Amino acid sequence: MSKVSMVLNGKSVSADVEDRTLLVSFIREVRALTGTHVGCDTSQCGACVILVNGKAVKSCTMLAAQADGAEVVTVEGLASNGALHPVQAAFRENHGLQCGFCTPGMIMSAVDMINRYGAGNLDEDTIRHELEGNICRCTGYHNIVKSIKAASDQMAGMSQAAE
Amino acid sequence: MYETNYHKAGSTAEAGDLISKSDDAKILGGGQTLLPTMKQRLAAPSDLVDVTGIPELQGISESGGGVSIGAATTHSEVASSDLVKQKLPGLAALASGIGDPAVRHMGTIGGSVANNDPAADYPAALVALGASVVTNKRELGAEDFFTGLFETALDEDEIVVSVNFPGAAASAYSKYPNPASRYAMAGVFVAKSSDGSVKVAVTGAGQDGVFRMGEMETALGGNWSPDAVAGIAPAADGLLSDLHGSAAYRSNLVTVMAKRAVAAAS
Repeated sequence: MSKVSMVLNGKSVSADVEDRTLLVSFIREVRALTGTHVGCDTSQCGACVILVNGKAVKSCTMLAAQADGAEVVTVEGLASNGALHPVQAAFRENHGLQCGFCTPGMIMSAVDMINRYGAGNLDEDTIRHELEGNICRCTGYHNIVKSIKAASDQMAGMSQAAE
Repeated sequence: MYETNYHKAGSTAEAGDLISKSDDAKILGGGQTLLPTMKQRLAAPSDLVDVTGIPELQGISESGGGVSIGAATTHSEVASSDLVKQKLPGLAALASGIGDPAVRHMGTIGGSVANNDPAADYPAALVALGASVVTNKRELGAEDFFTGLFETALDEDEIVVSVNFPGAAASAYSKYPNPASRYAMAGVFVAKSSDGSVKVAVTGAGQDGVFRMGEMETALGGNWSPDAVAGIAPAADGLLSDLHGSAAYRSNLVTVMAKRAVAAAS
């Protein structure tokens, strides 16, 4: 057992967990945040993608202990003051989901993608390529890609309006 | 996953100490191979020694006309490094094609070379570019470092500290990824050094892991063009054959990937 501490969705949390505890288990079972999903549990599907220190990672393929001291954001941490994050809003607007199981991972990968490329700099090819590690078994990629493109463009507009 | 004890080492000395005091320790890099292996109970180390926080394993720097990359550097950092892109574009491109974006944020060059998966990308780059692997004990040329399927020259308590790549006049990598796993079914790295000598290394296809294609090297030394390698293929009897592709299929892929790599580097 080790004490693991992190900033999870802006809040300092810590717990004594077995060293073999996966980060996704820490989030779902210890912290009861069940928005992060376990799909394949073999680092293929991306349903468990979260941000650790601002970067998308597969939380089923990381130990909670590796995230000790890190800043972690899950899908629950995106909305602020009751308003959906632009990526979440775009998924709703564009019907970027079918059954919804892969959606949290898709959204977190989209946030990471927009962070890395800069809002407004994503084209369809890039989005499809970047989604290599996120699988939608409903095959609803079309609207997922549309949602991410819409969010990226809308966020570019927002940052322009703010200037 | 079976129970294990996690340790975060602050120095290579501390890591070595932790390893020698454990029953069966494994070194943990980004964990993108080791953790899935442990989850499947194919590995059950008593202890994990995380080396990613050790200062001397960090960072990318220019060294002697080439690049030195700390073992804890992630694939994503290699792919996006301006220095690597400028000095060794083939290496940056290779790193940008490993796994997927989330895997590249965690996986490290040190972990990849120490694991020596026969379908991993990095071994081809290290061999073709004539890189050397620096450990806490010694420095080894890439061809002496990779010794077989998942085998390296590393001792149990030896830690990869960095990989030193000499500069190259041209370099490129082309792989045919398995459609499901994205691991290379054949990946070819071609490199031309500033003195004109050429090295070609193949990953994903060999039964013993990475290997060089001498015949292609000679042909490219005289004529640096895709046509030069178009008629050259490795003998199928030394190649992997599995449900993803026969040895003969992989042999043909090596030729095609070599042509594409030379075209990309020209």
